[in-house]
Amino acid sequence: MANLTALKDGIVNSQVWKSVFRVGIPNTNRKRVLAVLGSLILHLHPVKVRRSGVRMSYTWCMGGTSFFLFLVETVTGLLLMFYYRPTIEYAFTDIMDLREQAPFGIMREMHRWGAHAMVIAVWLHMFRVFMTGSYKPPREFNWNVGVILLVLTLLLSFTGYLLPWDQLAIWAITVGSSMARASPGAGNEGPMSGLVKLGDIRLIHAGDDARFALIGGRSIGAATLLRFYVLHCVVIPLAAGFLMAIHFWRVRKDGGISGPL
Amino acid sequence: MDFIKDFVNVLSAGSISFLLLTSIFALIIYFNLLNGRIKSGGGIAFLGFGILLLVVGIFIRPLAYLGVAYLLILFGLAALGGRLWDTKVGLRLFVVGGLAFGLSMLDPNFFLIAAKPDNVPIVAMIFLLGFFTWLALRKAYLNDSQLALGGIPWEKTESDEKLFTWPDLVYTEMLCMILLTIVMIVWSVVLRAPLEEAANPTSSPNPAKAPWYFLGLQEMLVYFDPWLAGVVLPTLIIVGLMAIPYIDTNPKGNGYYSFRERKWEIGVFLYGFLVLWSFLIITGTFLRGPNWNFFGPYEFWDPNKLVPLVNVDLSELMWVKVLGTSLPKLWIIREIFGLALIGAYLGTPPVMAAGPFRRFYLKMGAARYYVGAYLFLIMMSLPIKMVLRWLFNLKYILHIQEIFFNV
Ligand code: HEM
Ligand code: HEM
Repeated sequence: MANLTALKDGIVNSQVWKSVFRVGIPNTNRKRVLAVLGSLILHLHPVKVRRSGVRMSYTWCMGGTSFFLFLVETVTGLLLMFYYRPTIEYAFTDIMDLREQAPFGIMREMHRWGAHAMVIAVWLHMFRVFMTGSYKPPREFNWNVGVILLVLTLLLSFTGYLLPWDQLAIWAITVGSSMARASPGAGNEGPMSGLVKLGDIRLIHAGDDARFALIGGRSIGAATLLRFYVLHCVVIPLAAGFLMAIHFWRVRKDGGISGPL
Repeated sequence: MDFIKDFVNVLSAGSISFLLLTSIFALIIYFNLLNGRIKSGGGIAFLGFGILLLVVGIFIRPLAYLGVAYLLILFGLAALGGRLWDTKVGLRLFVVGGLAFGLSMLDPNFFLIAAKPDNVPIVAMIFLLGFFTWLALRKAYLNDSQLALGGIPWEKTESDEKLFTWPDLVYTEMLCMILLTIVMIVWSVVLRAPLEEAANPTSSPNPAKAPWYFLGLQEMLVYFDPWLAGVVLPTLIIVGLMAIPYIDTNPKGNGYYSFRERKWEIGVFLYGFLVLWSFLIITGTFLRGPNWNFFGPYEFWDPNKLVPLVNVDLSELMWVKVLGTSLPKLWIIREIFGLALIGAYLGTPPVMAAGPFRRFYLKMGAARYYVGAYLFLIMMSLPIKMVLRWLFNLKYILHIQEIFFNV
């Protein structure tokens, strides 16, 4: 026992340990403050928080859960990127391989279930924020950042859905994207689009309308797969990550977790 | 057993379940059922309505079922009253829900749909939604009781006290993350992600469904053309959500759970979120089979099910059926009834602003009032169109194929 304590002291007092954990074990109030101020946590939390806000029954933990699931998606998604090539020749077979060959292959499962769970968690988070009236001043702006995050979450899940390139994937995306064809003024079957004309020539047709822009072709194909892959793995995660940073920052700047005035 | 299954199958039919949910919603919100009592006048009105349904139901079976469900829920809620928010009662309701689900899983048709890997999260979502709705309203109920006695909401007793982030908050978060990690790992090991045959653009599955979170929008396609259901309404949902903090100027209920202080806001939001959004997703996922036909939860998804196409346009209904003439050639005249109807619908906010809603109009200011009113009207156009479809087989109110403009 004495040896163990000595060992622990040795580690905790070593230069290596101290260079990482500046404060040591936060066992006094001063150290508790310093532990937050001197570490990454300060980027997420203030030093002190409302007691009512810490309660799980108040926030349902759903904002944090959404964030955590986003991190899970990032990690599992990066691992999937090592296996997956976004081309019509390989996409499906890569996933087959992953399924049959990869040892401990639950990354795909985790990525897919995590995506579903994240969508649900974000809805529940929005529901909680509404029920506690936390969108009211001064938090109007953060509610709006949240709404955009919700849209990005749905888009992430939508673009990811195509990537396995199986029957489920292409037909779901076919159904989902066919709506764009009907955009008023911008889709070739949308109301008023017929009015966009140059002389007698219709400017909006299947080869240049809103749906074409979304899927990069007249039907779901190689271009769509690549497009969705880039959106899914680079563009939208970056945008979402950026907005989350703003979202968390604003929670702080709006006076921390909401509570009665 | 078969009777119960038949009962549930009939009740889940799009129009009936929708009507049931909507009217129960009105009952709960308007008559303050959440605070444990029904105003007697309202109670009698609803009782009368239920009995009327039973009587009409002698001739039209689904209506009788609707009446039974109606009275059951009414009496159930009235009998429970404020006790609905007891933890014990809540727990029991949860167990009953779980049991009903478990028993249903014994039915092969139900099992086939509910146990599809991609549908498992949605089953979980139904229970989560039920639980969190109950939790939020329970907390609101408790706070309301305090406020009614001149007290303060529960959050207020703790909100001035500050805790250290380390350890109080980070430990809670740690616990949450560990639990989630376990859940995710177990879930991933137990349930394999689906993978069907390789993509084949020439053979489309029946039914072809969008990803599950968009099924509410796909369900709206039954009632509206794609330009509305797929483009305009989703855009307005996003705009509407973003507008909420600017339209709602009620300063009360900020930072604590409360129902009584924000009855209308919560009523409208819950109706949109639970009935129009979540319930339509559930319908689209579990109750729509081949050819997007409706199937009750215990019904076999028969690809050959025939549903007569009897929907007619308002123009045809009025000119041909009512007036007994043929359709006029010029679309402005042909669609005159639809145009008038929509004009009247969209004309209500200014009329109301001058009349009964003058108080709101003055309090909110013109911009807030009109934006709020039109968003609300557009939101309500969905249930209205559903009911019209159900009652009159109405297809389009306005059908101007000349410019693809159909409502
Ligand atoms: C930085 C973050 C992310 C990266 C690098 C990433 C990467 C990937 C890759 C490579 C795939 C194809 C593998 C496969 O289909 O199994 C994929 C699929 C998918 N992703 Fe992501 N992803 C990320 C975040 C997200 C998020 C946040 C969501 C949802 C909210 C999501 C939802 C999906 C879905 C639904 C699939 C299809 C899953 C399947 O059937 O296997 N992804 N992702
Ligand atoms: C990817 C999506 C999202 C993430 C990761 C996220 C994360 C968070 C976190 C961690 C908090 C701290 C409080 C809590 O956990 O409840 C928070 C607060 C908040 N969120 Fe989100 N959120 C997301 C989406 C949304 C959405 C969709 C909305 C609303 C439409 C929203 C509106 C808000 C507001 C208004 C607050 C302040 C609440 C308060 O002070 O009580 N967020 N968010």
